[in-house]
Amino acid sequence: MMGNVCIVGIGIHPFGRTDGLSGLDQGVFAVRQALADAGVEWSDVQFAYGGSDAAGNPDTMVERLGLTGVQFINVRNGCAAGGSALFSAQMAIKSGEFELGLAVGFDKHPRGAFNALPSEYNLPDWYGEAGYMITTQFFANKIMRYMHDHGISPQSLGRVAEKAFRNAVHAPHAWRREPVMLTDIMNAPMVSDPYTKFMFCSPAEGGVALLLASEKKARELGKPLVRLKAATMRTRPPGSFEVFAPSIDVERGGSATNIASAAAFDLAGIGPEDIAVAQLQDTEAGAEIMHMAENGFCRDGEQERWLAEGLTEIDGKLPVNTDGGCLACGEPIGASGLRQVYENVVQLRGDGGGRQVPGCPTTAYSHVYGAPGVSAVTILER
Amino acid sequence: MRMIAEGLLTDEIPPRLVGGRNRETGRIVFPCPESGEYEPYPLQRQGTLWSYTIQRYRPKSPPYAGPDAFHPWPVGYVELAGETIVEARLTDIAFDDIAIGMPLELTVVPLDAEAIDPVMVHAFKPAGAA
Repeated sequence: MMGNVCIVGIGIHPFGRTDGLSGLDQGVFAVRQALADAGVEWSDVQFAYGGSDAAGNPDTMVERLGLTGVQFINVRNGCAAGGSALFSAQMAIKSGEFELGLAVGFDKHPRGAFNALPSEYNLPDWYGEAGYMITTQFFANKIMRYMHDHGISPQSLGRVAEKAFRNAVHAPHAWRREPVMLTDIMNAPMVSDPYTKFMFCSPAEGGVALLLASEKKARELGKPLVRLKAATMRTRPPGSFEVFAPSIDVERGGSATNIASAAAFDLAGIGPEDIAVAQLQDTEAGAEIMHMAENGFCRDGEQERWLAEGLTEIDGKLPVNTDGGCLACGEPIGASGLRQVYENVVQLRGDGGGRQVPGCPTTAYSHVYGAPGVSAVTILER
Repeated sequence: MRMIAEGLLTDEIPPRLVGGRNRETGRIVFPCPESGEYEPYPLQRQGTLWSYTIQRYRPKSPPYAGPDAFHPWPVGYVELAGETIVEARLTDIAFDDIAIGMPLELTVVPLDAEAIDPVMVHAFKPAGAA
């Protein structure tokens, strides 16, 4: 077993809409920022894993960054692409093969919902022709059942969205940085019941880069040691309920998140009660609620009280989505999971400014979920 | 009547949905995968509503092949006891009357109600409704 993997450099291109810059441009911006943050040159980087869903092949970045011959592998794993790139990058260092490498993600999606096609998900064409190939429809069906089973009110969905926009006011990289009142969220037009338009995130643009190093290398660079205690990525078990499902099993089961989360806590040797700040996939308000339980932070149904009492606020028991999450930042698929880790590093370094979690947090958790049933989790420790 | 795809319904009157039963594990899914691991398995016509939402915007084309004119439609998952939980449109019911657990039965509806010879898609309506 080799030593710890540390995150020694972070970079981000603000999320949202940036006319005139390609997705790749935004990725390159983030890489240069991460290199400067770590105090290293591109020629020092020994390998890279890059995620992009709709903005071209990440390995083409070498033309902009430098033709150093670096090993550069492209990753596609739905919304978990960023998390998967990070997972792969840390393995390369853990194995002892490399000392310094990059996980990068960027994207630039057209406006409107994602353009998913049935054939990409091994589904028949009629499924899309009939109007089922829509993520919002799945998410709405999933939360409707969850609310019914566990006593979650629409008000709680609204509270999640309200918190996201409030937190994002203090996050320079967030897209939507205006607070929205709970009554406005609740009274906004329905998109897919029970979700109003403020309760869904939008496809967006952005880029994030993380430089990873062995602990030995990190000490040489003199950076504060932010250790990656665990990075896991898993696919779905039987009985899970996933995006684009023409049918689901009568016998209900767990989720990819359950498995990835349990494995991450096992690797890190700590439990959910030890986590000081968490970034949970919140492509819609109910996802944050369900993922609180799926990642082991509370039991099903307890979220109603947690939200009413503000336990997931920045000064609460477990701050969740301190930069506004996907709801406020939008979702560039390739970059999204890495944004969560970027935000966690900012928090652990104490650089969060107006959104800084008080009390010098020393542990941070991230979770990203993607179609058709993949999850990636990381646990950081300072 | 033209269904949106072949092999979704049995030839009976009234028809049933054709699921697939895994020859080894017995797991039942819908639709029947084109794979030797699954054999066609006609599903029961009666079920209960497991979850639902209202589709309130026109899905993107492609892949959606419905009419340009859009009216919101309910879509849910219907539990066929002991078999599987099938995604389907809901029909013949006011949005406010939809409730998890309600008994439903299989029917078909046109994808475009104003087309002269529309393709049909599977749907569920309240059990016993005309």
